[in-house]
Amino acid sequence: MESLYAITTGILSASGLYLTLRGRTFPVVVGLTLLSYAVNLFLFSMGGLTTNGAVILNGEGHYADPLPQALVLTAIVIGFAMTAFVVILAMRARGDLGNDHVDGRKLDEPREERG
Amino acid sequence: MSQHLIVLPILLPLLAGLVLLHKRSGVTRTKRIISVAATVGLLAIAIALVIEAASGEITYYALGDWQPPFGIVLVLDRLSALMILLTSILAVGSVVFASAGDDEQGSNFHGLIQWQLMGINGAFLTGDLFNLFVFFEVLLLASYALLMHGGGKARILAGLHYVVLNLAGSALFLIAVGVLYGATGTLNMADMAVRVAELDPERAGLVRAGALLLLVVFGLKAAILPLYFWLPRAYAAAPAPVAALFAIMTKVGVYAILRVYPLIFGDHAGPLAALDQPWVWWMALVTLAVASIGVLAARDLRLLVAYLLLVSIGTLLAGVGLRNTAATSALLYYLLHTTLVTGGLFLLCEMIGVQRGKAGTRLVKGRPLQNGGWLGILFFLGAVTVAGLPPLSGAIGKVLLMQATPHAQQPWLWPLLLASGLTSLIALSRAGSTLFWRSHEGEPTHAPLTKRHWFGVGWLMAASPLMVILAGPITDYTRATAEQLAHPERLVRSLLEPDETGGES
Repeated sequence: MESLYAITTGILSASGLYLTLRGRTFPVVVGLTLLSYAVNLFLFSMGGLTTNGAVILNGEGHYADPLPQALVLTAIVIGFAMTAFVVILAMRARGDLGNDHVDGRKLDEPREERG
Repeated sequence: MSQHLIVLPILLPLLAGLVLLHKRSGVTRTKRIISVAATVGLLAIAIALVIEAASGEITYYALGDWQPPFGIVLVLDRLSALMILLTSILAVGSVVFASAGDDEQGSNFHGLIQWQLMGINGAFLTGDLFNLFVFFEVLLLASYALLMHGGGKARILAGLHYVVLNLAGSALFLIAVGVLYGATGTLNMADMAVRVAELDPERAGLVRAGALLLLVVFGLKAAILPLYFWLPRAYAAAPAPVAALFAIMTKVGVYAILRVYPLIFGDHAGPLAALDQPWVWWMALVTLAVASIGVLAARDLRLLVAYLLLVSIGTLLAGVGLRNTAATSALLYYLLHTTLVTGGLFLLCEMIGVQRGKAGTRLVKGRPLQNGGWLGILFFLGAVTVAGLPPLSGAIGKVLLMQATPHAQQPWLWPLLLASGLTSLIALSRAGSTLFWRSHEGEPTHAPLTKRHWFGVGWLMAASPLMVILAGPITDYTRATAEQLAHPERLVRSLLEPDETGGES
């Protein structure tokens, strides 16, 4: 369970990081989304993984820490709002700058010719 | 009423922002009045908070009456009261200046400004690491929209970089908070300080990793060397009142470093004590050096001011890196001075740019200025202050910081600090002579400046002479603040042992 969880989080964040470093806005947005998924999973596991446990802190017997669940909800809401914002911004940038490169230039165009 | 004072700097901008949403389009007189009134109200609250905090007592506000360490708390000590006062002074200048016409270029300007203030105040007050994240997001989301207020290619491009970078920063922040929670089992900063002191040595590595990740996030907000490349372009592209308000945003990062590390990783933390110190110190020195070169290289007045802001960040963080009481006191004085004066300079850039017509703020020969005399005097005043020449406040801040430097660090900090003053002086005198003296023959552009413009700039620039006159009381306060920061156990005691000071709700 733990190793599967760790590997999933790791693959998600590695893919997210790779995509965030790409040159066009769409992969960057997808990369940021994957990164926020990975972070949410990570946050969820930060109190330790408990299966089939009740959500009680310091209760008797088998329990899961409820705080990370509350935090991850907050993080999901904020992450969702931010993703919506960055999608709209990327579309606006595509419209205003005429292409979808993050620096606002065509990919093949050498740097010096910018104007 | 008075026990609810601590939560008001968050509630007032929130409610004002909601009221200002009422009609989306257009800027009416009513909106401006509400916005200015709310900001002045915030200033009054901030003064009351400073008076309350000046007694030296640390008070907290438990939201929903859930007592720490379980509930969410807002903590008021000297440092947070001072930062809120600084924010509200800056905001008054910025909002009045914006009412001269900048707020008409897009929708919802005043509402967004109020929410930005809410986020900033919340970040200064919170005593909880996760809430620090939440308030960072509040202030960032407002700043994204404000940065692009009015639109245009340069703003969209700078905004895209700024947003993507800060989203990645938020992800790192959450990871760091997660690691620290996993290792210590708490999010309350005071409680975490206690838990770190009695930490299982096996988990020390985990805490160290989390704390340094957190430093990366704060460094990104404060714009320290490898993480500052977003700043000059974003600040040069932002509308002037927004850029002026953003002068406090980088200080939120400095504040966070100053709040979290001495409290949680103070002397009591054993092997983890002062783990941020070498990183902050060396990176601050390199930031100072690179920013001084940037100041010389800038070909636009607004870019020049943005690099001056970076110089001040380098200076402030070098003070943080020294980690002694005198240096903290000096850097707090310098922080007040630099935030207000840089904000004023951003506003002044806009006025100069408007009067130069097509040439804008680029440092090229342009038309003569209609109000060249007054603008020139203000520019001269700002340049003298920001370059750190006597008799204005910049010099006092620098001298205090240099006096606080121990002998071992002097060979590093002194030359860099003085050289940065020299390069600022060269760049500013070159810029000033181009702007005011090397103009074409001909009629000045007719672009009248209103009283609101003059008030906004005058309000912020007046801080510099005032800080010289009131240097005594201000340094007394900052010294007491530094004392308080150097003794984190007082904060821990007043939060976690409620019989000593009553928790208010």
